[in-house]
Amino acid sequence: MKTETTLTGITLKEKLIRAFEEEFLPGLADEKPFMKEIRQQSIETFQSLGFPHQKMEDWRSTSLQKTLSRQYIQEFTSPSPKEDVSKIFKCDIHHLDTHLLTLLNGWHVDTGIELTVLPDGMIFGSFNAARKQYPELFEKYYAKQAPYLSNGLIALNTAFAHDGIFIYVPDGVVATRTIQIVNIINQAENLFIQPRNLVILGKNASLQLVHCDHSVQHKASFVNSVTEIFLGENSFVDHYKLQNKDNDATVITNSFFHQSANSRLISNVITFNGGLIRNNLSTTLAGQGADAQLFGLYLADKDQHVDNNIMVDHQSADCTSNQLYKGILDDQAMAVFNGHIKVRRDSQRTVASQNNKNILLSDKATIHTQPHLEIFADDVKCSHGATVGQLDPEAMFYMRSRGIREDTSRMLMMYAFAADVINHIQIPPVRHQIDEMVYRRLKGELSNCDQCIIDCNATRPQIFEIDMSKI
Amino acid sequence: MLKISNLHVSINNKEIIKGLNLEVKAGEVHAIMGPNGTGKSTLASVIAGREIYEITSGTIFYKGKDIQTMSIEERASEGIFLGFQYPVEIPGVSMTNFMKTAVNEQRKYRGQDPLNSTDFLALMEEKKKLVEIQSNLTNRSVNEGFSGGEKKKNEIFQMAMLDPALAILDETDSGLDIDALRVVANGVVKLRRPDNAFIIITHYQRLLDYIVPDFVHVLFEGRIVKSGRKELAMELEERGYEWLKNGNF
Ligand SMILES: Nc1ncnc2c1ncn2[C@@H]1O[C@H](COP(=O)(O)OP(=O)(O)OP(=O)(O)O)[C@@H](O)[C@H]1O
Ligand SMILES: [Mg+2]
Repeated sequence: MKTETTLTGITLKEKLIRAFEEEFLPGLADEKPFMKEIRQQSIETFQSLGFPHQKMEDWRSTSLQKTLSRQYIQEFTSPSPKEDVSKIFKCDIHHLDTHLLTLLNGWHVDTGIELTVLPDGMIFGSFNAARKQYPELFEKYYAKQAPYLSNGLIALNTAFAHDGIFIYVPDGVVATRTIQIVNIINQAENLFIQPRNLVILGKNASLQLVHCDHSVQHKASFVNSVTEIFLGENSFVDHYKLQNKDNDATVITNSFFHQSANSRLISNVITFNGGLIRNNLSTTLAGQGADAQLFGLYLADKDQHVDNNIMVDHQSADCTSNQLYKGILDDQAMAVFNGHIKVRRDSQRTVASQNNKNILLSDKATIHTQPHLEIFADDVKCSHGATVGQLDPEAMFYMRSRGIREDTSRMLMMYAFAADVINHIQIPPVRHQIDEMVYRRLKGELSNCDQCIIDCNATRPQIFEIDMSKI
Repeated sequence: MLKISNLHVSINNKEIIKGLNLEVKAGEVHAIMGPNGTGKSTLASVIAGREIYEITSGTIFYKGKDIQTMSIEERASEGIFLGFQYPVEIPGVSMTNFMKTAVNEQRKYRGQDPLNSTDFLALMEEKKKLVEIQSNLTNRSVNEGFSGGEKKKNEIFQMAMLDPALAILDETDSGLDIDALRVVANGVVKLRRPDNAFIIITHYQRLLDYIVPDFVHVLFEGRIVKSGRKELAMELEERGYEWLKNGNF
């Protein structure tokens, strides 16, 4: 049985609130009281804050207006269970054995097992199942990092949070296999989905996570996802997000990391394509000696819009952080980079850096880039920089003087520009595959059928083209 | 092989080369000397095809063809090589990938099949020995973090890989220690053949002890004001350029 609500334009907010009370809540009668309370507070927050708008400092350059005026449906129950997703897509990273978790339209695809429990105590699978089976973990971690009382989108997601991915890595466990999450949207109508993910790592635990966003049907979709990742003391998370969406897709991802002492985070967000993409990424360096390395690469053309909003909050002493985001923009594409670094009063000996580099290939492409530094400690090393430029003409002349054709020279240089980010990918098979995808994207050979080598049978593959003759 | 007649070159409406004539035949080595800022590097770049310079009059014929309409890469594929005074760093592009692309694009231009990886690596090993280049340099990004001397040796290595008909070496000897100077000079000596030619731009007669030039030219204020045999280089070393500046040529 499918409950569908049609959501429309200007009243989308009202419709969502009504759907919450009339259709969504009644299905959750058996939920634990603390969860119910969080939902109630969230819907109230959403009611008062609503969707973000351009008068808000962090949303000045990104407008949701067009997206919000479309009609969407929401699915409040899992789509036809045991649907053979292998018919929709085939997904593998060459030479890499992964645990594959699939979300179809925001719901965990149940292949007979909702939650896998390994002998070492590691648990992964459906968020929906985990919230029923592990209430104590939920009570301790869920919604502790995502600010559902002060952010409209987070509140909206938290009110409706139904399914997504749950991962638990106990103390001392090093996950030997990479976990791969594939987010698929396949729906004949415009779909509004809000996946919710929760990842918990104990002390000395370690996890590699590859997260792919993909759409099969070429319908407009609106994704508002929230992911909370808790890193216990001395733990390590290696997180990759790959985005290759349609030009009609709106994707808002909200990732919140909480880092205990001496934990290490590597995050890499690679945007190959998408209509409107907004990645909010926030990490709280809560314990002494924590380290966050945040990398990003965005390749956009046509009317695409990619907005990366980052917050690194140094709440403890002796922490280090680094942000390196690079982008290549063609046509009328627009990118936004807002990198926040906050250093609290007692966070002495903080080392924080931030760098955003862009290549614009056309006069109409735009980048809004801005550092936001708030520093309240005195013993701090903080650096930031942003560049917007074209390819180095000296280097072009040098390459061509060796007989390398002009277009090949451009290609090599753009590829080298991107390599700066790609070289930080720690898992060699993932690095090789992304490397290859970037290469094909720059050559105009990547289509929206390519996602982690998903061979989909899309009826309308679109080839994305960055026109390098314009550099 | 190369015949330049009455060449005038400007950049931003400022004339730098002011009526230059030069003829280089196969098998010859020409040295060009002259004070700083007189247009030596400009001349080298113009022959290589750099587009920021405007040729206002005159002709450049290479192998009997007017090269003014040829692109930089066509000239390179036709056998013109420029050893840069200031080699450019290209972060993210590995030397191996760079050279493989260059060799194979030139082969393609000439209608040859590309070299496969095995043959390419064998060629690279052979040329590395020839120019005594450290093998780890080819694993790094093009010139990135190379020392001054390493950059210059890398130019000679690239020249050896591409085997040009006309090599223009712009101050490849500057900033080299004695051993590196010998390596660079030996590279040229070993590659010298009756069917190729070299134009060597230098400030020091020292290099010309190793590579004996057939002709030495003095470039001054955009013109070749004096040409002679290798003895001219020694005279310049002794007397400097003052006597030429005073119009005594
Ligand atoms: N891109 C440019 N823009 C403006 N002026 C230039 C440019 N390139 C060269 N020039 C000028 O042209 C003149 C000749 O420069 P060039 O580099 O050819 O001299 P050079 O003989 O090679 O000198 P050196 O011995 O110092 O290498 C100089 O006055 C220089 O400033
Ligand atoms: Mg010079």
